[in-house]
Amino acid sequence: MLINRKEVEQIAVLAKLHVSESEIDAIVTSLDSIVEMINHISEVNTDNTKPMANPMDAVQRLRADEVTETSIKEKLLSMATQTDEDYFLVPTVVE
Amino acid sequence: MKLSGIKSISQALHNKIISVQELHDIYLKRLNTHAENLNCIINYTPETANQQIKAAQALIDNKQAHLLTGIPLVHKDLFCTTGVNTTCGSRMLENFVAPYDATVVKNLNNRGMITMAKANMDEFAMGSSNENSYFGAVKNPWGLNRVPGGSSGGSAAVVAAGLAPIATGTDTGGSIRQPAALTGITGIKPSYGRASRYGMVAFASSLDQAGVFARSAEDCAYVLSEMCGFDAKDSTSAQVAKEDFSENLNQSIKGLKVGIVTEWMDGLSPDIKQATEQAIAKLQDMGAQLVEIELPTAHLAVSAYYVIAPAECSSNLSRFDGIRYGHQCENPVDLNDLYVRSRSEGFGEEVKRRIMIGTWALSAGFYDAYYRKAQKIRRLIAQDFDRAFAQVDIIAAPVSPETAFKFNTKKDPVSMYQEDIYTIPSSLAGLPCLSMPIGLVDDLPVGLQLIGHNLQESTILNVAHQYQQDTNFHKMVAEGYDE
Repeated sequence: MLINRKEVEQIAVLAKLHVSESEIDAIVTSLDSIVEMINHISEVNTDNTKPMANPMDAVQRLRADEVTETSIKEKLLSMATQTDEDYFLVPTVVE
Repeated sequence: MKLSGIKSISQALHNKIISVQELHDIYLKRLNTHAENLNCIINYTPETANQQIKAAQALIDNKQAHLLTGIPLVHKDLFCTTGVNTTCGSRMLENFVAPYDATVVKNLNNRGMITMAKANMDEFAMGSSNENSYFGAVKNPWGLNRVPGGSSGGSAAVVAAGLAPIATGTDTGGSIRQPAALTGITGIKPSYGRASRYGMVAFASSLDQAGVFARSAEDCAYVLSEMCGFDAKDSTSAQVAKEDFSENLNQSIKGLKVGIVTEWMDGLSPDIKQATEQAIAKLQDMGAQLVEIELPTAHLAVSAYYVIAPAECSSNLSRFDGIRYGHQCENPVDLNDLYVRSRSEGFGEEVKRRIMIGTWALSAGFYDAYYRKAQKIRRLIAQDFDRAFAQVDIIAAPVSPETAFKFNTKKDPVSMYQEDIYTIPSSLAGLPCLSMPIGLVDDLPVGLQLIGHNLQESTILNVAHQYQQDTNFHKMVAEGYDE
């Protein structure tokens, strides 16, 4: 096995996903088969190759620091389940 | 009235043979007849359509119309559209209404096109069969027990069944080309950066591109020309001049050098190989010169893609926290519970799988061995294409190793991922590529992929159009869907 149950549980914690007891074996099997497929990338030497992050090798474009958008605060807040004035509400974090 | 192609429809609108409303109603009737059986639509957009119909008719009456004015279309449901839900095929966004229009939508709205509906798709554009939609799988008009391909399967089914002349799609690793091939229509993905990603729900940002489906390459050219263009709102938008991709459609392809990847041809099933060879022979008959080429690193494309795409997906989809928008679980006990349950309830199986693979590939200790390594493989593949394009003008290749397969036949993810073996290499290199229909195998459509060098959309559209001048495969319609 290239990836085990414990690792899958740890990935789920990092990804903020719940993995139930009934699903975990199937998930381990499927992720293991994907990792096996992915591992082929190690077959080729890439020591002198630069990574390609963007197919055009474009770099981040800069623009003048000018306001171009109007506020859509109300619209954005209206999409949330719970808000209070200008804030999104979440369960209490600090008592 | 026989509806065939944007040019003739537009002429009928301009000559007052038909009104925008009447044209819309013809397609709406077809949608009402077939869309439910095909499960290709998630939401209809009647209010948007009504406003656009009036505006388009006024433009035509005042002789200010564009070729696309009044032409109905369906948008893949990952393009943000104000006033109507954008679900991305997910429970997570089932009730999401975007506060703005995607640039692609805005550009086509500005030309007076009529948005009729939002098309079904694999959840968050992750899939090659459309079986991953929260709203159920789309069915292929060529066989209701078969997949239409994915992820833009709803859009492809709409055009293949003649429910709209045009549909938008997006392609990350083959999501326009493969469904176009499996449903017997033409579909193009432009070069990376040509079409703005602003307002497209993100999957893998360095790969995602918008594109278009139509019966013919000619219609694809008209719509793609208007979709594309530099957009300051997309930080990866290509700073190149807007082009009319229809300009070269009528050029002869005599002397054009067409690259053939021998290794890919040898891997095909005999039936699909024969259909592909016939189409290539046709290009040769038309004056093209065939050149054998090699893409020595392309066999690693699927492996590299399934590091890069999931890594970017896990990062992009971390925005779905259940707080600001999207699905929220009931009665969370604390903040972590809110995150975990909202995401676990909101995302489907394949999306969770890719988030987990991406999270793993980006986790401490793995980044160099996987994400960085995959990006290096990506460069090698792009360099393979650069070398090939020093010898040839375009590459002709298969789209998919098989025709439309039956539902529930690819249960393990790796065999599904292999569906995109011929489409992923050009995606990683950011190249423009299209699929066009070239015949039937066992009564199911087969496509040919044309890949162009960077920003050479007009070249591949020219070749496809010339092929379609000499053949009738793009006019094939599945039984029961005659227009």
